[in-house]
Amino acid sequence: MLLDLSKLFGRSKNSKEVAKERLKLVLIHDRANVSPQFLEMVKGEIIKVISNYMDIDENELDIQLTRTKSEDGDRTVPALVANIPIKKVKDSGK
Amino acid sequence: MGEVLVITSGKGGVGKTTTTANIGTGLALSGKKVVLIDTDIGLRNLDVVMGLENRIVYDLVDVIEGTCRIKQALIKDKRYEGLYLLPAAQTRDKTAVSPEQMIKLCDELKQEFDFILVDCPAGIEQGFKNAIAGATKAIVVTTPEVSAVRDADRIIGLLEANELRNPKLLVNRVRIDMVKRGDMMNIDDIIDILAIDLIGVVPDDEKIVVSTNKGEPAVTDSKSLAGQAYRNITKRILGEDVPMLDLEADEGFVFKLKKLFGLKTT
Repeated sequence: MLLDLSKLFGRSKNSKEVAKERLKLVLIHDRANVSPQFLEMVKGEIIKVISNYMDIDENELDIQLTRTKSEDGDRTVPALVANIPIKKVKDSGK
Repeated sequence: MGEVLVITSGKGGVGKTTTTANIGTGLALSGKKVVLIDTDIGLRNLDVVMGLENRIVYDLVDVIEGTCRIKQALIKDKRYEGLYLLPAAQTRDKTAVSPEQMIKLCDELKQEFDFILVDCPAGIEQGFKNAIAGATKAIVVTTPEVSAVRDADRIIGLLEANELRNPKLLVNRVRIDMVKRGDMMNIDDIIDILAIDLIGVVPDDEKIVVSTNKGEPAVTDSKSLAGQAYRNITKRILGEDVPMLDLEADEGFVFKLKKLFGLKTT
């Protein structure tokens, strides 16, 4: 969203910011060692399950594979991070 | 018992060989007994960077195949006490050596030397697997470019998968002027993305080209900024707490760098 706004107002970004964004995106897929199609499938299934219980904002849904430090901090481990905005919890879920 | 340090990167041309030559020479100048192993079979270069290309008789494959003893293949660098080179074979390919054979070789060299520096070939295939097989620690070399950082990330993953924990990052060829105007990722950016500890930052320096032309590592040149960076990295490997080079006059950044530098190499 921010990205779109800055484009709209013609504000040009440092090339290093472009590099960082592109790098982060490409690393998500590299680290996951899975195809974008695979992620889309996971995303679709998650939406399906959660939709049974609550209304979610599918457009704002964000699911990423990333890397994080393990609990003991001596190694990095893959992590699935999902940000799912909930509009409303369905009555059937209560 | 010596330490086996592999210098790797994934991407080619980021400065693995230059780094191996400089850190190795730096360690020797600090009084350590050091051997450099070039594992880039078929594309050897550490010999020319070190200026020892005219003294090769036997090579790594000869040692592995038992054509000669280890001692016969080691080239003693007469300029620096305690520095030796085990060159790669030029007329063979990576399959001439196996990871098991590398482990055995490193184990033998550990008895004799304080540091065994393994110069890893580019890529993630056989040559990489050979180079990391006997290693106890790893340094990942990258430059502030998308392609090099991406490959470094892949390498870090592979090192961890092979039980080489906590590799250290060396960011090479940093252009201070470009970082300042926001056209090159800075150290914080790269550390943030790769999530590993920093061992050093080496500025882009013409003197590296000059020193490679001559076959004399820049670490011996007191006027070279890159040489200074390599001297600092050497000290850090030896456990000293040395602040990062002052690459930017901006105090905020230097402070951040110093904070980042709260790492110890044990």
